[in-house]
Amino acid sequence: MTSPLRSTFISFVCPRLEAAKRLFAAPPRARSSSLLLVALVLTACGKNEAEGGITPQVMADALHAVMESDRIVYTRKVVNRLAKEQKVIKASEHWEDDKALPLPAQMFRMGAEMVAEKKVGFTYALMSKWPVNKQNAPRTDAEKKGLDFVEKSDGKSFSVEEELNGVRYFTAVYPDVAVAEACVSCHNEHKDSPRKDFKMGDVMGGVVIRIPVGK
Amino acid sequence: MKPTSTRLLIWSLGTAIFAAWSASGLELRNDARRLLVPASTSRAHGPIELACEACHTEPFAGPDGMQAACLGCHAEDLKAGQDSHPESKFTDPRNAGRVAVLDARYCVTCHAEHVPERTHALGVTQPNDFCVNCHAEIGDERASHRGLPFDGCTDAGCHNFHDNRALYEDFLVKHAGDPELHEPAVPELEPIPYTPGGPSSASTVALTLTEGERHAWETSAHARAGLGCDGCHESRTESGVVVSVEVPGVSVCRNCHANEAKTFFAGRHGMALAQELPPLAVAAAGLAMKDEARGRHLDCGSCHGAHEFDRGRARTEACVGCHDDEHTRAFWNSKHAALGADELAGVAPPGSGVHCSTCHLPRTSSEDGHVFVLHDQNATLRPNEKMARSVCMNCHGLPFALDALADAALVRRNFSGRPGKHVKSFSWALARAPKIPPSASSDTPAPGDAP
Repeated sequence: MTSPLRSTFISFVCPRLEAAKRLFAAPPRARSSSLLLVALVLTACGKNEAEGGITPQVMADALHAVMESDRIVYTRKVVNRLAKEQKVIKASEHWEDDKALPLPAQMFRMGAEMVAEKKVGFTYALMSKWPVNKQNAPRTDAEKKGLDFVEKSDGKSFSVEEELNGVRYFTAVYPDVAVAEACVSCHNEHKDSPRKDFKMGDVMGGVVIRIPVGK
Repeated sequence: MKPTSTRLLIWSLGTAIFAAWSASGLELRNDARRLLVPASTSRAHGPIELACEACHTEPFAGPDGMQAACLGCHAEDLKAGQDSHPESKFTDPRNAGRVAVLDARYCVTCHAEHVPERTHALGVTQPNDFCVNCHAEIGDERASHRGLPFDGCTDAGCHNFHDNRALYEDFLVKHAGDPELHEPAVPELEPIPYTPGGPSSASTVALTLTEGERHAWETSAHARAGLGCDGCHESRTESGVVVSVEVPGVSVCRNCHANEAKTFFAGRHGMALAQELPPLAVAAAGLAMKDEARGRHLDCGSCHGAHEFDRGRARTEACVGCHDDEHTRAFWNSKHAALGADELAGVAPPGSGVHCSTCHLPRTSSEDGHVFVLHDQNATLRPNEKMARSVCMNCHGLPFALDALADAALVRRNFSGRPGKHVKSFSWALARAPKIPPSASSDTPAPGDAP
């Protein structure tokens, strides 16, 4: 799934970066030809967009659509069904030791870490203002604003550009909603949960997607 | 000749001689390399310090090249240990600020090499308060942690940076009530299947066998499995020619003992062989060793002998034949040793004795579920809590095991006596434990559940 998106992303962002690099690295007399190159690349990019190329926003929306769907399917059709409704297997934070299902948040994080290992050019994480693991509390301004926004946005996402360690990112935050009883009961009962009054349909946190858009 | 030309000539000649010397054979090459090692290598990597390219894979490979080398040897162990701080935690851009303070994406940030003046326990080269960089608020989050010393997070029985399989909170809660001692539950070894019919018949092997060797072989597990002379003393070259092998080494043993060889290569005993260096010399171990053992080298035969392959000897005798530290010398007076003697004498059931190998070369399961002897003697050490789950809990409860492992003096006495330390984590974990552990909460009806 990520491979075509990645190639589209690279074809969209990379030419601009490379062209800019070439322009500024070139000696003055070569700049006119570099400008021509940039113009050519941008023309090509424009053509690409006209043919249905994607913006970081479209890419983030597409990635999130996949993440959210998989997450809902796992939470409802696997964990909630088997652990809560049919009670044939437990779901546990220590799923290996307990021979149990990984919790939905762990399932999501394991995927995010595997994507991070592949270094394909974007990262994503699950975050909350009421995190069980304090490391997942918002830290950057974009995360704080994004989580505040999606809490009351009626499903709409938040996006902003932010700079981290000298790199500019398109950062999008999407609401993460309690879609099954398992979400609500587990968080309300967990000893490390700072909030114990979640209800079905509540926004419990957000998915943060970051796409680098230049230095 | 101008002075600059003379210097250039001398430099060129010197370089050429050095290059020729370096390339003129393994022994000479290693001598040359010995001169180039910048400062003493950590004890963990000491056996392979002359295999420069094991870490410095190519010139100017940069931090990513070095990281790839680290992971080449350590990735599997980190994964198996459910590493609490994998690289992927730090490549997230949101952690850029933290990475700027402590770049935990790279092993060498905390485990630098050739810096003996700042290398301390576990090969760590960061000051012991490094946890504070990211976890400064822990005192606010956990009342029990308020006011704890800033450099005590990794004290025995508390936290490890990588492997916390025996230390995580719910595991402590689950085992807080374990008795000090229970019936031994050591996994049983499975025989390794052997199909006779190696490269050719034994008649092509021109080796003479003494009566002693014949007797040793006849009573060995090899003979019982149907393994004849040819099984070890014959080998087929890449071009298909059958050649005789007078002294079979690990390259032969691994044909049947793959898990044992793989883990032997991963530990300090075998890592030199894994890097195609001469086998580790006992004199180069960097530990207290017996004088009479200093001329010995480490390969399969060092502990297992040849022909008899007596597991009994490899369990303790082989170890104490070389090692001469306080812990080793104290073994014979320990309860563990008495149990081991009873087992070997046949007055106690198999699996009830404790030998050096019981703890340092424990039985473990391979990925495909086969029980084998883990030959990486370091896998259950450094930090020693790694031994709690994989070894101690076969006979002891977790609280007793962690208390014992936390008591350095008791470890030196080889566990003669009772633990003088008490790991507080259990009481802290129990105080926070809900009535229903999280693992069971998912099948507990929540408010609003349909009846």
